[in-house]
Amino acid sequence: MSENKSRLQTLFEQGEFVVTGEIGPPKGATGSGIREHAKHLKNCVDATNLTDNQTAIVRLSSIAAGLHVIQAGVEPIVQMTCRDRNRIAIQSDLLGAYSLGIKNLLCLSGDHQSFGNHPTAANVFDVDSIQLIRIVKRMKDEKVFACGEEIKSDEPRFFIGAVANPFADPFEVRVYRMEKKINAGAQFFQTQIIFDLERFDRWMELVRERGLHERAYIMAGVMPVKSAKVAAYMQKSVSGMIVPDEMVDRLKKAEDQKAEAVEICVEQIKQIMKIKGVKGVHIMAVGWEEIVPSIVEKVGLLPRPQIPGAALAAV
Amino acid sequence: MIVAEQKSFDEISKMVESFDKVLILGCNECVTVCLAGGEKEVGVLATSLRLLRKQGDRPITTLEETVTRQCEWEYLDQIEKLAEEADCIISMACGVGVQYVAERFPDKWVIPALDTKCAGGSVKHGQWEERCGMCGECILHKTGGICPVARCSKRILNGPCGGSQNGKCEVKDVDCIWDQIYKRMMALGRMDQLLEIEPEKNWSKARDGGPRKLVREDVMIG
Ligand code: SF4
Ligand code: SF4
Repeated sequence: MSENKSRLQTLFEQGEFVVTGEIGPPKGATGSGIREHAKHLKNCVDATNLTDNQTAIVRLSSIAAGLHVIQAGVEPIVQMTCRDRNRIAIQSDLLGAYSLGIKNLLCLSGDHQSFGNHPTAANVFDVDSIQLIRIVKRMKDEKVFACGEEIKSDEPRFFIGAVANPFADPFEVRVYRMEKKINAGAQFFQTQIIFDLERFDRWMELVRERGLHERAYIMAGVMPVKSAKVAAYMQKSVSGMIVPDEMVDRLKKAEDQKAEAVEICVEQIKQIMKIKGVKGVHIMAVGWEEIVPSIVEKVGLLPRPQIPGAALAAV
Repeated sequence: MIVAEQKSFDEISKMVESFDKVLILGCNECVTVCLAGGEKEVGVLATSLRLLRKQGDRPITTLEETVTRQCEWEYLDQIEKLAEEADCIISMACGVGVQYVAERFPDKWVIPALDTKCAGGSVKHGQWEERCGMCGECILHKTGGICPVARCSKRILNGPCGGSQNGKCEVKDVDCIWDQIYKRMMALGRMDQLLEIEPEKNWSKARDGGPRKLVREDVMIG
């Protein structure tokens, strides 16, 4: 079924340094904004994430959003969390997503609903992210549903992604958990946004020690931070993230904070590219998608490689 | 034990607004230990209700009693007469006790005075914490005797999630239980065990399978 591989997977296998973006679906029933963002990202990223009710705020579904970006000519990486669906709904949505031409799936636990706009909601967490990964892998490799029942035909064959957070605690445990995700079936990783390159470097060292960089494709998460204010906010309020003071200061001192933000992000990516075992970069510029082309260009990663004959699934 | 907390006095007094003679029934087990519904709390609630109603020009008569356990018929049999006298029973037991009272006295209106919180215990004076989620199939032997089902905010079985920081859970001000599980397993030299993937849990043994019912024919009488 190699002809059915996603563009993302194909590029990894060809040894390209891969670039992905991220789009947060809207809080309304329209795909026009998504398609607009996708246009900005087209030709400068190889695929884009579509978040799944991120921070537990109700938004247009990640799968529907995936279809919108396909229609705009960009390959989707659909995010799937464990917060809102049990294993029945998850597998049903996986069948649906794959039938629409979605081939990349990123599996996460999901932010707790207490952070979102429906804090009184029940959560599901029937399975956790590692179990989710295993379910998706078994659907593909063993052609079975989670219950063990055979999938008689047309099993979904996702390229399976997971997240890794080098900045959460306990530090060493992060690498163990990553290994566990690989054992469960994760083929590629996107990390939490990296600002503290030194810590990331140390983490990659542990990753290499255990040979994990050879068992999965690792993409480093980066984010252009628009202003010193935003940086300071993230420093304080976003859990699982370390924002160094130097970065906040540098933005504060800059005359043109936006230009400085791009500069910082470009420098970070260039440094990340030198770290052994990193196979790509995931640029999270939600709400600032239009800046992505210039970042990718300044890093020297344009034009993006084309795959002959690979067209996105017709819908 | 079962940990419970008293509802606000305001809420309780509203629930008894239309009654003039109430039986306030305490329980001598868990809710006495967690200072929510024992003899002492019965007395305080009775006095407060009488005071309030006197001020409001509609006095209330309170009968007070605390039984050994509200979740057992034989102890409820002992208060049959008292119950008959009252036009409503305020149960100061956990949700189990309240329901036993309602079932034992079918013609009485029963009011819960507590919010039942969890199966847990006291960790220091004045602080109680959840310990068991009653999942119906214990996995504590896999997690160093620390329960992720009840104590991880996302009940992750292969934790920790990416939000664990400085040993704290991202969701609320509690310890990240996976941080503790790892530390304990490391200290016991059992890290390898944590690398094994814990498969999807069988939730049919938990509440998801419908109300639980246990039958032990070997101990049945008659
Ligand atoms: S594993 Fe289940 S039974 Fe055991 S302590 Fe946790 S919730 Fe209770
Ligand atoms: S931070 Fe720890 S306790 Fe909280 S949800 Fe994540 S793994 Fe569970």
